Amino acid sequence: MKLVTAVIKPHMFQEVREALDALGINGMTVSEASGHGRQRGHTEVYRGAEYEVDLVPKLRLEVLADDREAADVVRVIADSARTGRIGDGKVWVMPVESVLRVRTGELDDAAI
Amino acid sequence: MTVLTAAPSALDTGDTAWLLTSAALVLLMAPGLALFYGGMVRAKSVLNMMMMTFGSLAVVLVLWTLVGYSLAFGNDVGGGLLGNPLQHLGLGDLMAPSSNGSSHVPVLLYAVFQGLFAVITGALVSGAIADRARFGAWMVFVAVWTVVVYAPVAHWVFDAGSPGHPGGWLVHQVGLIDFAGGTVVEVASGASALALALVLGRRIGFGKDPMRPHNLTLVMVGAGLLWFGWFGFNAGSALAADQDAVIVFTTTLVAGAAGTLGWLAVERFRDGHATSLGAASGMVAGLVAITPSCASLSPLGAIVLGAAAGVVCAFAVGLKHRLGYDDSLDVVGVHMVGGIVGTLGIGLLATAGAPTGVNGLLYGGGPGQLGRQAVGVVTVMVYAFVVSGILGLAVDKVMGFRVHRDDEVGGIDLAVHAETAYDLHALVTGRTVPHGTLRSLTHSGENR
Repeated sequence: MKLVTAVIKPHMFQEVREALDALGINGMTVSEASGHGRQRGHTEVYRGAEYEVDLVPKLRLEVLADDREAADVVRVIADSARTGRIGDGKVWVMPVESVLRVRTGELDDAAI
Repeated sequence: MTVLTAAPSALDTGDTAWLLTSAALVLLMAPGLALFYGGMVRAKSVLNMMMMTFGSLAVVLVLWTLVGYSLAFGNDVGGGLLGNPLQHLGLGDLMAPSSNGSSHVPVLLYAVFQGLFAVITGALVSGAIADRARFGAWMVFVAVWTVVVYAPVAHWVFDAGSPGHPGGWLVHQVGLIDFAGGTVVEVASGASALALALVLGRRIGFGKDPMRPHNLTLVMVGAGLLWFGWFGFNAGSALAADQDAVIVFTTTLVAGAAGTLGWLAVERFRDGHATSLGAASGMVAGLVAITPSCASLSPLGAIVLGAAAGVVCAFAVGLKHRLGYDDSLDVVGVHMVGGIVGTLGIGLLATAGAPTGVNGLLYGGGPGQLGRQAVGVVTVMVYAFVVSGILGLAVDKVMGFRVHRDDEVGGIDLAVHAETAYDLHALVTGRTVPHGTLRSLTHSGENR
């Protein structure tokens, strides 16, 4: 089992969700986040004084997938979240030791 | 400032109605300023910023009624420096109609109209010490400041005297033209703000942390209210509903517009963006500059002066970063510099066709008036800076002017006023988790 985590632009969320739905992914966790990548954030100017705003708003998307699906999930998120401009985000995959569905007590692949 | 004369004349109800309206307009500038300043500070200190304006409104009006008006407009007690502090003590003598049978508007109305000028001037100073001043210390400062800085300067500039009674030295002996307060209001508040910014020192994190405005919508609303109120400030200073007031109204209108354009042009070419804060600031800069000169210029002259003020002030606000003093909301860059532009501008752009009837240098009037204006600017600037500095140091020594470091970092609203401006918790979370616990009710009768 894998945990696919993606940090994406907030306004791309709807497209990513539709793409994941089309793939047949049922569950996801979404949280608001802020951060920056290599290009950092943006500059704001107030009365001629420049402020570097280097923590910009992002969405953090987490999807549990079995080993076969994980690569597809990564590809679908990457495709649907891409605008081609700075700050499109990152996707990474981590191994998951165990998963439990709280309602039924099912374990691992059955719980995803 | 048009002067109330002792020449017998009947009360004019039209003039009185306009002055009543103007006084109310000037009063509106106080909440306007509170919004303008409040939006420019960080969310954790917006209430304290607004309270410094509302506090000024309260304490300055009381002080003005008690002794301020007498010091500013009582009969001169020597050298044009000060009015008789006992003459109108408490303003009780101005209640009887017999005391003002010599004027076309009630003198009591004139006294409160002038008191509202003192309120705005004092409140302007607070912009320099945003985020770090103790509220109690500020209240003491602005109360004493009204008596020792504002009232004497108002006497020098605004009290033109009456037959048998010489007026203030700048207007009476020097011949300074300052219709609605370029020196008294703008230069005095700006120089005092600079002194106070130096006394209190920089905010923690100044020059490193972002201290950007937390709500530019408030800033824009506040600026709009200021412009509206400014008509009372300037056109009300004509003390009559006449052609002079109309000219002043017009110059005030176009100078604000030109100031906006001037500041935005600088931003567009220097920074690449015309910003909302720039529009609000430029508008105020234009209005600041036209304050002394509104009765001395043609509408075209007002456009030139307003645009010049917008440009000059847009550059001047950068001074604090270069020189290292923390005038939080740019009282120096906008009000002192704008006041200087407007007061000196009279010496250049005044036209004899305007109500004050003087030609400036560019209209063939020679350099004389420019020199007289410069004397006014320099003396008011030096006096306000020195006395405010001494007063600020005294308040700091006696009661401490600055909040504790932890309170400044954590937020002055909570530390000083036990309030926070915004509770947005419910919006974000739907209030599934209580934000706090109701510990007790202050009054036993509540919540039954």
